[in-house]
Amino acid sequence: MVGLATVFGAGGGTSSYKEIEETDVILLWGSNAREAHPIFFHHLMKGLDNGARMYAVDPRRTSSSKFADAWLGLSVGTDIAMANAVAREIIHNGWVNQAFIDHSTTGYEAFAESVESYTLEVAEQITGVPGSAIAEMAKAYATAEKAQILWTLGITEHHNAVDNVLSLCNLALLTGHIGTWGSGLVPLRGQNNVQGGGDMGSLPNKLPGFQNVTDPEARAKFEAVYGVPIPPENGIHLTLMFEAMERSEIKAAYVIGENPADSEADVQHARKLLSGLDTLVVQDIFMTRTAELADVVLPASVGWAESEGTVTSSERRVQRVRAAVTPPGEARHDQDIIGELARRMGYDWGQPTSEDLWEELRALSPLHGGMTYARLEDEGGLQWPCPDLDHPGSPFLHGWLWEDDLGGRAGAPFSVVEHEGPKEQLTEAFPLRLTTGRSLDSYNTGVQSGGYDNPIRYGDALDMNPVDAAALELADGETVKVSSPRGSVEMPIRVQPDIPEGLTFTTFHFPELVDINVLTNDAWDKRSGTSEFKAASIRVEKLPSSDHTPQLQDS
Amino acid sequence: MADLHLTADRATTAESVAVDAALAAIGVDSALVMEDERLVRGGTHRRHARRHALLPALHALQTESGWISPGGLNYVAEVLQVPPAEAYGVASFYEMFRVDEAPGHDDDVVHVCVDAPCLEFAEAKIASLEAEGKHVHRSPCLGQCDRANANDGPALFIQGRQKANSVPADAPSLAGELWPLPQKHEPGLKLLKRVGRVDPTSLDSYVAMDGYKALARAFELGAEQVIEEVATSGLMGRGGAAFPTGIKWRGVAGADGEQKHIVANADESEPGTFKDRTIMENDPFALIEAMTIAGFAVGATKGWIYIRGEYPLATARLESAIEQARAAGFLGTAIAGAKSISFDLEVRRGAGAYICGEETALFNSLEGFRGEPRQKPPFPTTHGLFQQPTAINNPETLLNVLDIVTDGGAAYAASGTEGSNGQKLFCLSGHVTAPGTYEVEFGPTLREMIDVAGGVTGGELKAVLLGGAAGSFVGPDLFDMPLTMEATRAAGASLGSGVIMAFNEHTDFEAVCIRIAEFFKNESCGQCVPCRVGAVRQHELLIRSKGKVMNGELQLLEDMDRVMKDASICGLGHTASTAVRSAISLGLIGAN
Amino acid sequence: MTAVESTTAKSANGMTETLVTIQVDGRPVSIPEGGTILDACSKAGVSTPTLCYAENLTPVNVCRVCVVEVENSRTLVPSCSRVAEEGMVVQTDSERVRHSRKMVIEFLDTSVDLSQTTAPTSNEAGGRNLADWAAEYGADSSRYGPAPQTMDEEVKIQDNLYIRDYDKCVLCYKCVEACGDDAQHTFAIAVSGRGFGARISTEFDVSLPDSACVYCGNCVAVCPTNALQFKTEFDLREANNWREEEQSVTRTVCSYCGVGCNLELHVQDDTIVKVTSPNDHSVTSGHLCIKGRFGWQYVQPTIQRKPS
Ligand SMILES: Cc1cc2nc3c(=O)[nH]c(=O)nc-3n(C[C@H](O)[C@H](O)[C@H](O)COP(=O)(O)O)c2cc1C
Ligand code: SF4
Ligand code: SF4
Ligand code: SF4
Ligand code: FES
Repeated sequence: MVGLATVFGAGGGTSSYKEIEETDVILLWGSNAREAHPIFFHHLMKGLDNGARMYAVDPRRTSSSKFADAWLGLSVGTDIAMANAVAREIIHNGWVNQAFIDHSTTGYEAFAESVESYTLEVAEQITGVPGSAIAEMAKAYATAEKAQILWTLGITEHHNAVDNVLSLCNLALLTGHIGTWGSGLVPLRGQNNVQGGGDMGSLPNKLPGFQNVTDPEARAKFEAVYGVPIPPENGIHLTLMFEAMERSEIKAAYVIGENPADSEADVQHARKLLSGLDTLVVQDIFMTRTAELADVVLPASVGWAESEGTVTSSERRVQRVRAAVTPPGEARHDQDIIGELARRMGYDWGQPTSEDLWEELRALSPLHGGMTYARLEDEGGLQWPCPDLDHPGSPFLHGWLWEDDLGGRAGAPFSVVEHEGPKEQLTEAFPLRLTTGRSLDSYNTGVQSGGYDNPIRYGDALDMNPVDAAALELADGETVKVSSPRGSVEMPIRVQPDIPEGLTFTTFHFPELVDINVLTNDAWDKRSGTSEFKAASIRVEKLPSSDHTPQLQDS
Repeated sequence: MADLHLTADRATTAESVAVDAALAAIGVDSALVMEDERLVRGGTHRRHARRHALLPALHALQTESGWISPGGLNYVAEVLQVPPAEAYGVASFYEMFRVDEAPGHDDDVVHVCVDAPCLEFAEAKIASLEAEGKHVHRSPCLGQCDRANANDGPALFIQGRQKANSVPADAPSLAGELWPLPQKHEPGLKLLKRVGRVDPTSLDSYVAMDGYKALARAFELGAEQVIEEVATSGLMGRGGAAFPTGIKWRGVAGADGEQKHIVANADESEPGTFKDRTIMENDPFALIEAMTIAGFAVGATKGWIYIRGEYPLATARLESAIEQARAAGFLGTAIAGAKSISFDLEVRRGAGAYICGEETALFNSLEGFRGEPRQKPPFPTTHGLFQQPTAINNPETLLNVLDIVTDGGAAYAASGTEGSNGQKLFCLSGHVTAPGTYEVEFGPTLREMIDVAGGVTGGELKAVLLGGAAGSFVGPDLFDMPLTMEATRAAGASLGSGVIMAFNEHTDFEAVCIRIAEFFKNESCGQCVPCRVGAVRQHELLIRSKGKVMNGELQLLEDMDRVMKDASICGLGHTASTAVRSAISLGLIGAN
Repeated sequence: MTAVESTTAKSANGMTETLVTIQVDGRPVSIPEGGTILDACSKAGVSTPTLCYAENLTPVNVCRVCVVEVENSRTLVPSCSRVAEEGMVVQTDSERVRHSRKMVIEFLDTSVDLSQTTAPTSNEAGGRNLADWAAEYGADSSRYGPAPQTMDEEVKIQDNLYIRDYDKCVLCYKCVEACGDDAQHTFAIAVSGRGFGARISTEFDVSLPDSACVYCGNCVAVCPTNALQFKTEFDLREANNWREEEQSVTRTVCSYCGVGCNLELHVQDDTIVKVTSPNDHSVTSGHLCIKGRFGWQYVQPTIQRKPS
């Protein structure tokens, strides 16, 4: 969200799902939406059936990539080199939308200069993808009437996540593929309310509706309604919190619906820090590993089936969630728990309904001003911005870039970003790259999806190219020792021709089986606070023969 | 559909080699190409563009292994990126493909025709073949009704294992004459003028007998004028539906679309029909020339001949003729010296499914899908093969175009009768002295046609099945009806594909009718409820009532006939009970 | 507030709609160009039976229960797929129409177990179901002899998520479409065989877990006959404890990713018994993935929320 907000002022996906059904060219960049966002992928496949061409940029030949006209298997962490080379191709071939650049953007000259060194040859050398294919993708994207770029964690789970996103934004600015129906930049959200969390101000620097904490006017508006002063400084994000714990500046934590003891990169370190806190309060629907470390556990009801409220999707659609079943035991609605805590701290908020809270939000956040519960119900959700009751909601963002009068705004800035590569270089001791992702049937750290059995779950394994496996004399299904500079685990391998040589892959769904975040790198992006899950370096070793226990079925 | 999932079964080397060769023969490469370890090409477009190769690939597997093995199917699925469940759905649709490793799969399969008129000889032949240890398959009409007689028995077709398919009469020499060509020496023929006289394997021989004169004339006339001549001629389709060809062509010529197609519907599976085979085996260049003219006229650069899988000789002769025509510049780009005109042809084999003669089912089959008819509209003229504008015609229809172009549409319109212009081919079979394909100028009566074929054998003529299984029985009251579109229509019958199947007084009509009902039951594609279930219920009813269809059963039969006629998707369902009901009203079966 | 402004979709509001007017049972009805006769019937309030039609799938027009009479058309036409043309004159209740609809119902009833085809099968919400239509047209399935051929299939129970009982299958092609081009693009199932022998099948009828199936359950959601059934429903029915009339249906949003798929939670005895999605919602069009469809089991009170 930070990258998009930097360029366009709003951290939301620019387009509606429907638009991809009508687009002409799709760049699917670092996203295995087929498995991670299956229903979005339905819209995408409709687009393909309607004639769209798709290029998939991903280190792995994912199931999504298999739908692409061409799969470009770049080396992990070389996205910026690829994007900059695409930009250079577009500029050198005169495929830029000069009128758009002149009118609606800033910083083009410096940007054009900065990508000059990213020739196809250089890009081929860095990314491993034939330069001709990069050129072809550049042409397809730039010369299309409508084109979209989509990405997920493949772009954002890197230490330079924001730069990755900026480099893709640059391509849209060069070509003007933004702010019109069918074109845009679409980050796909991993969880049902990542977008909604941001909308509601759960970002260290934002108040609800993406209003800045540092803006006194905004604060004053909220203070008037909340009846308390709001600290004028930005807060800190999760990764900085851990650093603050390390420095003992943070001594207590209240964790709501997160499982950092499993999900943080370099989890051993994270667990140590959480255990070292004076007070840890965890509010969750599960007895997660984080909850096990807690001093107080507050059992919560399930958000989407046992509580009332709203969530916001990747297309900025605000929708209602509703209670359908009674929460078990002592579990309570998050809202009640927080209210109760407040009461004990001396603030009696009464018993507001979720609609009461929403009404307050509506009054404070212009983006949501027109979204009453009744409208959300009747209209199948609404897409922000929706400032007033007559507003139909906004299928896509940034149409202002195409207006004759930019309303005093300077335009969207190009960003100069340089290729750095993964923080953790491959070494002789750790010669293989490890990257992580999702599989279709499972979710995040697996606490929820572990609850149902299904025939397509293949269990955790390390995917390896046949050549790499052969070099280590490993058989499909053999259990191996996997080590990174941070630790090691044992897990079976799966020999997979879809993964290029030198790369390995695993999902992060089964921490109880395989503690994979023991291996991942916690180098993180200064601006977004995202850690580098996507690029650790590892070593794979054969275990003594007694441990050869092939466990996996051929999938 | 590109993240396909395949079971662990793998093809044998022989299977993959066979499939590769079949794909190479039609110029299709894999839908998925690894260009580099970091660059793989695929995608929806490549996949769609290759789907039509599915049927040829399945043929290759069947010939190689004697069945469509799971490993073989997986191989095809992978190279063409067709989901295996769909490929299986296609394979299991056709009579000529086996999807189980049943006994006998590793041997040639002898298809024995069990439709009238072969019906009366079929069981004896099957018994003797089985006694010889042959692997026998009961087949619907094989399009060789002119061969069926008490001496030679029923028609046969041999599906080869690891060798080409054949029919027992296939002569070693391609020039050899296989079947009776009763009019071989008759003067004044137009459609069959070269049949039996020209060497069907030689382009030179064709050219020497006025071949390619019509194409030259068409180029002189220009595309629009060719369509005008065809419209003026009043030519109506000979495939069964009798639709005016000129209107069809005009529709295609005027339709929007960069790529247009000409398709020759050579599926010829209507029981009792074998005229198209006569043409294709004996004068293949004539069909090719006519299709070239059609392509020129409507602006189609691509032509397809969809030929039934049980016509090995006609297939071979067409393929050889196409090759020669291409080599001589009559096909390809700048054909016959006309720089701006391109036209090329491909032959595609069906795999045993009567329904694939229905034009839209044919498109689906050729495109690599199940041969299920499409609901019309939209019509083929705008949404035909690959959803592109398509003129689909019967080979006989196309053949007429040669004379229409050379002599003019007006001359053609002057021949024949008021409502039926020009020449017509009739397929005479059953209890006649000289079965075969006969050409006449429209006009003769049914009785006269039977006399042309030497008259009835084995007793008095009791009834004639006119138009095939989809047609109807006619009795003595109509024997003097002229065989024209208008007269048959007035009598509530139809010429259909030109079938005249004669039955003498000793015929077991109950058996014939039950077999007709069984034919429809087996050949229904199964897509729509009225036909899928109706055809079964009709067959059950005939068996249940043992030929005595009376009272309530008669009402039920009529009720079923109405829903099939009114609510089925295609002509198969519409006509599935016509013959049976005509047999009842003539008193051939039942007592009404 | 940040610098964002809204823009409405060109295609969403840019086009002006052209209307066509047709006669339905003597009354003029206007609908947007491109709409079907069925759309016109719905607009005119003319109740029409459907079986293979669904608003979230491309019409395949195979069941033929929706046929109507169109002036100057030789045969009846399927209202679900036939595009309305200006000036068309349509009869929906003529003797011919009633006869064909009745026969289609008789044909199905004699070949397929329709005992669970109880959901409304018509163009209006909460409309008549197949039994109502059978009564309306006076269908009589007893006149087809003592033992008309039937589908004759065993129930396939191959996993814990859903079952397939092709004895109930009317071959409406809906599951194939949902698994294929119309939604899921997995193509795990297709129609195989021909004629009365046609069946919905995986390749070589391999078991579902061995097939390409990814258990999205989209086929189950569109099946009108309960030939495809969630295992939860199947088990409750087997135990004689499926009480649909008592179930509540609550709409909410799936929590497994950020796409925002709408879920309908069907609850009986404070327990989720199945999950569907509304056909008319722009995000899902009724389709879900395995997580949304089956991943709810952890909220069940009967299932202990295990520590991870
Ligand atoms: C079940 C069925 C089978 C058919 N079989 C054939 C066939 O084998 N050959 C043919 O030319 N037409 C056949 N037709 C008719 C075609 O659908 C189509 O009308 C014809 O090919 C058009 O060509 P024409 O206008 O030259 O007659 C069949 C129709 C049906 C309903
Ligand atoms: S009428 Fe028969 S053959 Fe034609 S589509 Fe229907 S089921 Fe298939
Ligand atoms: S569950 Fe989904 S993938 Fe499986 S057969 Fe049904 S629609 Fe296809
Ligand atoms: S299983 Fe259900 S959805 Fe599929 S064809 Fe049969 S009845 Fe229709
Ligand atoms: S609903 Fe129209 S044909 Fe089935």
